[in-house]
Amino acid sequence: MGFAYDEKILSVKDLEVQFKLRGQALTAIRGVSLDLYKGESLAIVGESGSGKSVFTKTFMGMLDKNGRVTAGEILYKGMDLAKFKKEKDWLKIRGREIAMVFQDPMTSLNPLKTVGKQIQEALEMHQGLKGNAAKQRTIEILSDVGIQEPERRYKQYPHEFSGGMRQRAVIATAIACKPEILICDEPTTALDVTIQAQIIELLRGLQKKHNLTIIYITHDLGVVAKVAGRIAVMYAGDIIEIGTCDEIFYNAKHPYTWALLSSLPQLGIKGEPLYSIKGTPPNLFKKIKGDAFAPRNPQALNIDFLIRPPYFEVSPTHYAKTWLLDPRAPQMEPPDTIKRMMEKWKEAQENV
Amino acid sequence: MSEQTREKLLEVKDLHVVFGKGKRAFEAIKGVSFDIYKGETFGLVGESGSGKTTIGRAIIRINEVASGEIRYHGERISGKISKELDHEIVHKIQMIFQDPMASLNERAKVDYIVSEGLYNLNTFSSEEERKRIVSKALMDVGLPPEFATRFPHEFSGGQRQRIGIARVLVMQPELIIADEPISALDVSIRAQVLNLLADLQKEYGLTYLFIAHDLSVMRYITNRLAVIHKGRLVELAKTEQLFEHPMHPYTKALLSAIPQPDPLIERKRTVLTYDPACHHYENDPPAWIELEEDHFVLANEEEATEYRKEIEVK
Repeated sequence: MGFAYDEKILSVKDLEVQFKLRGQALTAIRGVSLDLYKGESLAIVGESGSGKSVFTKTFMGMLDKNGRVTAGEILYKGMDLAKFKKEKDWLKIRGREIAMVFQDPMTSLNPLKTVGKQIQEALEMHQGLKGNAAKQRTIEILSDVGIQEPERRYKQYPHEFSGGMRQRAVIATAIACKPEILICDEPTTALDVTIQAQIIELLRGLQKKHNLTIIYITHDLGVVAKVAGRIAVMYAGDIIEIGTCDEIFYNAKHPYTWALLSSLPQLGIKGEPLYSIKGTPPNLFKKIKGDAFAPRNPQALNIDFLIRPPYFEVSPTHYAKTWLLDPRAPQMEPPDTIKRMMEKWKEAQENV
Repeated sequence: MSEQTREKLLEVKDLHVVFGKGKRAFEAIKGVSFDIYKGETFGLVGESGSGKTTIGRAIIRINEVASGEIRYHGERISGKISKELDHEIVHKIQMIFQDPMASLNERAKVDYIVSEGLYNLNTFSSEEERKRIVSKALMDVGLPPEFATRFPHEFSGGQRQRIGIARVLVMQPELIIADEPISALDVSIRAQVLNLLADLQKEYGLTYLFIAHDLSVMRYITNRLAVIHKGRLVELAKTEQLFEHPMHPYTKALLSAIPQPDPLIERKRTVLTYDPACHHYENDPPAWIELEEDHFVLANEEEATEYRKEIEVK
């Protein structure tokens, strides 16, 4: 894609997050490391409960009260966010440096305040703008996110906005303070396909305009294929595979990524049963031994149950945590869907 | 399914559904007609608010029909019908709902949830028979019969949706209306539920009416697909035909908007927008026209001529 992955903006090292639940400790994030580069768009995919949201919430100090970072560091502009304790520290980061767009625009706007006031609030708080200047800036931002007649819309309440317009308003609030990083948690899941396409275009446009770094959290792999530069696949609180968009879709290495792609109806062949992942994700209250996906992987190797695989390098941008990549491992055939994707890629490369 | 032997299971003819009265009346469905053949999977797609769920609800008699009619095995089932027929319809047409978290009674055990339909219609002769029916239904959906004594909150989303399917199966339906049956489920569980629905269809010769907004999933599961826009069908065709040669500009726009989990396709995809102003319906109102075999579209004469030309080129 010609994107230069050179300027690191955020660097997570061996992050571990635990929640205290009924006297027990649940390890939601199990030693995750990730580098985020300026201006890139990274998609984090995985099942619900895999820790995608928890992981990104740690960047903003938005973990629930019973959760905390128990190990590792989050480096951002020379600060270690994992060490932040006080709300006062977080206020410097939240909204100003790192902002978030939530899934459901119905619930993330205050129904009792006009849309304009809500965006203005963020500006007044973080940028010290006041009165007319703040209002003018708000109207500018509204038109920036593609809301027609911003002066009129400024005075309206969220219920007067359609779903797509509301999501635009939420995005407006998020970008109001010119954050460096924008985290979009399922930004289009609650929207219709046609609206979804518009919101994605809007986010891409804003990214270019402001050189934003965007993290998309989603389970819709269609959206991922459209927006992502890189993809991180999460399973049971760990990033088990990370690579560029093409590397994950056309050259996946981890059996879980294989399973995830094979279970998509869009990639299936009509009339043939879809691949479905057996069993359930592991219990995170217990310590996980070996590869977390092994119990659900019918072709798991013996070592998968014993030792947790490290990252193996596939290419300088592509890493996967699976013993299959060890030179001593037996050759394992990927499922048919994956093979079809690989062939498709080969053909496309030959035709270039 | 061979073309000659296909039997019309459900006929919807010029269906209108109106909510509210007088000045505030809102016509949600504006003259929809389609047939569903026995054993097929028929899909209905549209955006939210387009009326797809209303059609499903009108078929199972939850929403009143303002005009037009719905026929089942050739017999009218809309409007006023006899009590016996009503009972039969309840039996033969069943519905699976979207959100398994919301559609199961939290305070009832699975045993009761699954047999609720049996209780209501009193169709079992003895307690043993009821128990037998319930365990068979649970096994059919891949759950151990012992689960009958548990409560819904003990299950995951996928298992709950299976319970939702089991309670439909006990009624021995012919037609199942599945309203967004997988949109609330996780990606990995979707495959399980889709496979289950396909297996059950084979085993019991079920007919499905799938209502969804996710076109890409519809392509995988349906035989024929109808696209609804603002209470009107705009196009109806065999699924592959619809995807390969969409005719109506709205269908084209809708198809162009679906993201595909395939970056090579994604990079080439351009999203079209649908502008209703492209039609000139003032003097020449549109009608429901069969362009070629099994391919219907909402168009006026002028457009139909255009579309036919397009088909010939292909």
